[in-house]
Amino acid sequence: MANKLLSLENLSAHYVSQQGTRVVRAVDEVTLSLDAGETLGIVGESGSGKSTLALTILRLLPKAARIVGGRIMFEGEDLVDKPEAEMRRVRGKRIAMILQDPMASLNPLFTIGDQVGEPLRVHEGASRSSAWQRAIDLIKSVRIASPQTRVAQFPHEMSGGMRQRIVGAIGMSCEPRLLIADEPTTSLDLTIQAQYLDLLRELQRAHGLALIFITHNLGIVAKMCDQLAVMYAGRVVEQGPVSRVFSRPLHPYTKALLGSIPRMTEEREQLTAIDGQPPDLANLPAGCSFAARCPAAFARCQVEAPPAFTVEPGRSARCWLVAPAVHASIDQTIPLSRSAAS
Amino acid sequence: MTVTTTPLAAAAAAPAARTLKLWRLEGFPLIPALILLFIAFVAIFADFLAPYDPQIGSLARRFRPPAWEAGGSMAHLLGTDHVGRDVLSRLIFGARVSMVVGLTAVLVAGGIGTLLGILSGYLGGWVDQVIMRVVDAWLALPALTFAIFLAAIVGPSELNIIVILGGVYWTRYARVVRGEVLSLKQREFVRLAVVAGCSKALIMRRHILPNVINSAIVLATLMLGVVIVTEASLSFLGVGVPPPKPAWGLMMADGKKGLMVGYWWLTVFPGICIMLMVLSANLLGDWLRVKLDPQLRQL
Amino acid sequence: MTAVMEAKGLSKHFQARRGLFGGSRGVVRAVDEISFAIEPGHTLGVVGESGCGKTTTAKLVLGLETPSGGSIQFEGRDLETLDAPGRRRYRKSVQAVFQDPYASLNPRMRISAIIAEPLVTNEKTTAADVRQRVLELLDLVGLPERSADLFPHEFSGGQRQRIAIARALVLSPQVIVLDEPVSALDVSIRAQILNLLRNLQTRLGLSYLFIAHDLAAVAHMSHEIVVMYLGKIVESGEARALALSPKHPYTKALFAAALPSHPDERSDEPVLQGEVPSPLAPPSGCHFHPRCPHATPRCAREAPRLRPVEGRQVACHLFD
Repeated sequence: MANKLLSLENLSAHYVSQQGTRVVRAVDEVTLSLDAGETLGIVGESGSGKSTLALTILRLLPKAARIVGGRIMFEGEDLVDKPEAEMRRVRGKRIAMILQDPMASLNPLFTIGDQVGEPLRVHEGASRSSAWQRAIDLIKSVRIASPQTRVAQFPHEMSGGMRQRIVGAIGMSCEPRLLIADEPTTSLDLTIQAQYLDLLRELQRAHGLALIFITHNLGIVAKMCDQLAVMYAGRVVEQGPVSRVFSRPLHPYTKALLGSIPRMTEEREQLTAIDGQPPDLANLPAGCSFAARCPAAFARCQVEAPPAFTVEPGRSARCWLVAPAVHASIDQTIPLSRSAAS
Repeated sequence: MTVTTTPLAAAAAAPAARTLKLWRLEGFPLIPALILLFIAFVAIFADFLAPYDPQIGSLARRFRPPAWEAGGSMAHLLGTDHVGRDVLSRLIFGARVSMVVGLTAVLVAGGIGTLLGILSGYLGGWVDQVIMRVVDAWLALPALTFAIFLAAIVGPSELNIIVILGGVYWTRYARVVRGEVLSLKQREFVRLAVVAGCSKALIMRRHILPNVINSAIVLATLMLGVVIVTEASLSFLGVGVPPPKPAWGLMMADGKKGLMVGYWWLTVFPGICIMLMVLSANLLGDWLRVKLDPQLRQL
Repeated sequence: MTAVMEAKGLSKHFQARRGLFGGSRGVVRAVDEISFAIEPGHTLGVVGESGCGKTTTAKLVLGLETPSGGSIQFEGRDLETLDAPGRRRYRKSVQAVFQDPYASLNPRMRISAIIAEPLVTNEKTTAADVRQRVLELLDLVGLPERSADLFPHEFSGGQRQRIAIARALVLSPQVIVLDEPVSALDVSIRAQILNLLRNLQTRLGLSYLFIAHDLAAVAHMSHEIVVMYLGKIVESGEARALALSPKHPYTKALFAAALPSHPDERSDEPVLQGEVPSPLAPPSGCHFHPRCPHATPRCAREAPRLRPVEGRQVACHLFD
């Protein structure tokens, strides 16, 4: 594990209501790791905890939430207990994050040059003029034409795709080792999205950057990622190399998710639909949180939450169906009827 | 394939659509609400609560101080005024005047303003232009001065004052409601109503109006304070509710002369009443605005 | 097969004013002489990026905007020539489901009132009949009977879309305009709704105008596809064929930009450069020529017309 760039070990983060009565287990015992230069895709739907996970890694959780267990090992250091002053030196410099809405990420009152140069002034003590110069270079590196003119412009003078690239430039300015991108292309048109993903790939190659994509779009993962982690109700239910997971998903949720996406290459009458709704994170059922919607659930699933079983090196799933023989139970082959499960 | 409803959506949705159990919500300003309720109660049951007739006084008992001062008596708990009328009774009946005038004026202003705001926002075009220009002109005039001017022309009476206050303050409603309507118009359910073939009048009544009521209510609570102060000011200046009907502002005007000679109770008590009522209305309105506004956006 | 609805040379222009008092004017040709046909029981998919005019097309079909040119034919008759009863029949025959399930339902109305609204607005029926119909539709879209008396906030996004679909069906329309019906929903819920829409189409013989930016969803749902760019149709034809072998350079770029469904399907095709031009100042000739890898001088001068190419319509000089 020593050469892993980022390693999350049993990380949990909970939101606690003011009176302490409601606990939302937004991130629950997440174990993930990432090498330098690798791309990890974290996939989940709304309420899966993926965005909270991103905030947790950067220790940017709101006041109502806190890390209740686990470690965040980044370049050999545990970020969980780092004092805030040191975390500030990590954010933006060693780990950067870009968000979904470029308009919200950019301050409409400051020039592009000021905003791109800001991390340089904060982290490297660059002077205003040298930060401005480097900003021009950065704008050029994200493939925006006429960087000298652009650097003095304001966000509203640029298109959505350009703004998202500026946000990328800001993220890259201090040459971080890890970039976390939370739904970075949701608001972009298809061809603009393709340009942007292409750009991210190139930046990654040029800088040896590790990327974490947080998305609900399996297509982005298929295109960009080496590793994949699927989240459901705050837990990682399956992870592994992207090709393997797509070809042979182990967890029923992953199977259903992959089956629910229309494909251009196949003609199918019906898409796989998952009945029911995601669970309330404040009232998680006992046992596996997916059991109520799982077509293959059996009695044990409702009683005991499965741990993550390693099926091959680097590939695991939280499901009793993949448990090795010593864990398997007799009733595994008797699936519950649908009405009993819901 | 049946799908069951879950409470999951309820947590994220706007309670503005359900009947609000206001007092259960966090941060509910209990004391201001109770004060307002108390004033309303007093106003309704004034006849039973007031120890004396507010309009009849006895010159022999003028300028009696409140009971706890030297010269005061329990017979007149808060003292008497310059014609011997019991201050407490006048305060109690004054509550009725303030409440009636305040609430009715707010309803009138709200009614006119909401209606015009909806017409202006939804119909757009020249209707919008005309209404908004009128609103602009109206707003350019200082409300109080305008009210005084109108009161001086039409002469003082309770009804006139209500109409005047309503007529002066509707413009704020129109503005706010129009803004809401403009954004509501873009919402898909309004477009779907057009696609379904609903007439404009129907859409305004069924889709627009119920969704602006929340804002109108918040504004009403905030305006209540303003209206009451204006009414008190008008009474103070002598163009409000005509004597001998007791109005808090009038009481202050009458008692003003007595301040120099130390008859403080004639102005302080009505002043405190005005302050409590206005402050409570403002706190309640403020809280309502914070509660309902962000959730309005969630709809 | 006679089409249920046809657009012929349909155009919609908007005046763009700068500043408060007009000043220099420009014309936005949001929709520029497009023609398409919707067959009974079929889905016509419309794809394109921002500014292509697909939303305006939807509004034109729904009667929310009036055309600046060309016509929409319904059951063989031009919409403009319809009298009031004819227009009412059109309204009843064409309904819509929009993108945002949280804004599509009036939060102050009960579900039964929401679903019944088109019915009670357009026809005289008894309360009992209305109730009956509402329950029928709830069943059709897979919601329990007791939903009728609840309010929208008690439902999730997917359920609200079902309610919106039920409402669209209440007058037994022939055409439903689906404008991004599943983009605001979670991935696993999208499949439920798309399946429902397909089932309803088969059962009720509905035609759909399906607008979405998810190419795979459009290809999955549609029988025919129309590709729009800056107000014009650049390619149209049978859905599967178009998706598997697009002909127009823009269509090719669009489908190449679509995300793969499996990591092994990653392609290293060059990405289309440049931004989508502003509809206020579209490039001359073929609007796509500044970004087109195969552009010739002719492309900047002359706008290509839609021509039949191997069973499809393509507007490109490469195929002249």
